[in-house]
Amino acid sequence: MTSPLPPDGGPLEHFVSQTAFDPEVTEKLTPAQERIYLASQLRLMWWKFRRHRAAVVSGIFLVLLYASILISEFLAPYNLESRNVNAIYMPPQSVHLFHEGAFVGPFVYGTKFELNMETLKREYTADTSQVQKLRFFCRGDRYRFWGMWESDVHLFCPAEGGDVFLLGTDRLGRDVLSRMIYGTRISLTIGLIGITVSFVLGISIGGAAGYYGGWVDHIVQRVIEVLQSLPSIPLWLALAAIMPVTWSPILVYFGITIILGLIDWTGLARAVRSKLLSLREEEYVVAAELMGASPTRVIFRHLIPGFMSHLIASATITIPTMILGETALSFLGLGLRPPVTSWGVLLNEAQNINVVALYPWLILPVVPVILVILAFNFLGDGLRDAADPYH
Amino acid sequence: MLRYIVYRLLAAIPTLFLISALVFLIIELPPGDYFETYVAELQAQGETVDPKKIEYLKEQYGFDKPLLERYFTWVGGMLQGDFGYSFEYELPVSDVVGNRLYLTIVVSMVTIIFTWLIAFPIGIYSATHQYSWGDYGLTFIGLLGLATPNFLLALILLYLANVWFGTSIGHLMDARFIDQPMSWAKFRSMAEHMVIPVIVIGTAGTAGMIRRLRANLLDELQKQYVVTARAKGVPPLRALLKYPLRMSLNFFIADIGSILPAVISGAEVVAIVLSLETTGPLLIRALQSQDMYLAGSFLMFLATLTVIGVLISDIALAILDPRIRLQEGRRR
Repeated sequence: MTSPLPPDGGPLEHFVSQTAFDPEVTEKLTPAQERIYLASQLRLMWWKFRRHRAAVVSGIFLVLLYASILISEFLAPYNLESRNVNAIYMPPQSVHLFHEGAFVGPFVYGTKFELNMETLKREYTADTSQVQKLRFFCRGDRYRFWGMWESDVHLFCPAEGGDVFLLGTDRLGRDVLSRMIYGTRISLTIGLIGITVSFVLGISIGGAAGYYGGWVDHIVQRVIEVLQSLPSIPLWLALAAIMPVTWSPILVYFGITIILGLIDWTGLARAVRSKLLSLREEEYVVAAELMGASPTRVIFRHLIPGFMSHLIASATITIPTMILGETALSFLGLGLRPPVTSWGVLLNEAQNINVVALYPWLILPVVPVILVILAFNFLGDGLRDAADPYH
Repeated sequence: MLRYIVYRLLAAIPTLFLISALVFLIIELPPGDYFETYVAELQAQGETVDPKKIEYLKEQYGFDKPLLERYFTWVGGMLQGDFGYSFEYELPVSDVVGNRLYLTIVVSMVTIIFTWLIAFPIGIYSATHQYSWGDYGLTFIGLLGLATPNFLLALILLYLANVWFGTSIGHLMDARFIDQPMSWAKFRSMAEHMVIPVIVIGTAGTAGMIRRLRANLLDELQKQYVVTARAKGVPPLRALLKYPLRMSLNFFIADIGSILPAVISGAEVVAIVLSLETTGPLLIRALQSQDMYLAGSFLMFLATLTVIGVLISDIALAILDPRIRLQEGRRR
């Protein structure tokens, strides 16, 4: 074994490295570090967001739901207004897989209808002799897809000559499940359009108040205070009552979204204002002003991008208020009117305690309402955390 | 302190004025007026109406005068305690509203107290046991409460009460007590009937309050003075009660202001579902039949109620927190 060192007193071996000298060698990042330190803001937000499990699940759920409104006609087994006079107030049917021990695939039993002459109640009983196998990707009610071309393909439909009402039927014998699928369209978009209105109002009014300060700020503050001190539902009711009965359902739909947006902008405006007040003292704003940027440019080009992510997060949290608002209005009969169908309109049928006691499946549209609102809440929480990835 | 109270009181006056202008605008906006609908309805039924009476009423309430003048007559009347005339009930508005308004106030007050009683211990528990199963469970229940529209909760509870007990839980008191003077029996009947509405109206507010109390207390618990207190050996309960809790109490009081509008507007809808004898059902009727003075006064009452609530919470906050009363008027 030889020592790497020369014997005592001998000269040390001279070593010269052949590689080029890199003065920044100590500061160099490994590729793994580089990925983190040089990640863009958006990427950081995405990483942070991904760690919030509930938010991710909610986000996926909402994306699926919003995607479903593109193909409602295909997903629903029946059309919105398809009536089945033989199945009025029919309770939900359950899907079975096995018939008398043998596997047949998803099917429902046929139903026998009887009018109880004593209570005058419609009684439906499952007829286990009839096995009605569900069909998939099958032809059923005709519809105009996106109002453009005709089609009759559905995801699933009842057996030939049979019925399938997985969530029961209403007073006209219309399938509750199909109506809920169609209702998704209106209920989900109303929140989006409403939030757009309130977003635009909130940013411009809050932006003006925060940027100019002084008397503009004073007036805006007062108006916000007034609007926030008014109980929102009575106000919505009053505004909804203004809409003339002669308006077409589509006009009413837009009217309602605008009403919801008109009252809701105050929270956003407050957030924008307080952010602007603190940001407008920053050097980069002074620099932009000195270079001759107009107030509009400073607000929209320099200030708002700085807290856009926060705004989006807080907007997400207010969407549920709008969905609930529309549901409440329609439930009371002051909001949307048939034939426009939202979850609130469907719930309008269950306004009466007798109906609820006799036909409890009519309150099922509550379920999607609750799920969507929970999902938006979780998503908003996740987004809010992600909006500040350095925290 | 007095200066602050006076300042807040004065600040409420322009707010109320703006609200009254807004309310008046809203009730004036629909095309036509009550009489047109009324006459048309009667004629459709083949009846006639004495045009003189309509003329008289129209003149009395100045329907022929310009908008601004009518507004000032309305506001001026309200200041003197004359809230106008309900065309549908053919009674002065104050007679129609009076009783119901006080029931609305009672329901709202009880609801807020209920909200506090529930939210306070749960909020503290959630904050001190962060990320425990109890915290997760309670937070989730709270979120569920936030997500369920309260009129639906009312419906579901109605249904369950019907299935389990076979009773109807609507109304605010037994039918025989309506229009009766207050008595012990009436009070008991009201208390029994109040439970469901209070739970229903209170859930959303309670859930929101638990969330905010938890977040606030958590912020406070991480501060250095708490760590110092713990390090010096202050027992955990005392270290919690002495300062952090007091700090979050502040916002608890301030929250009345934000919770009251929600409670009142929730109460309106729930009242319709549960057919409570509060202002809700009447308001809807009035709005639908364009009974404008009734509807307008209702909205005005509700808004005033909120403004007063916020005022009280602001003053209570100022008593509690010297920083606020010393800073008054200099806030940016």
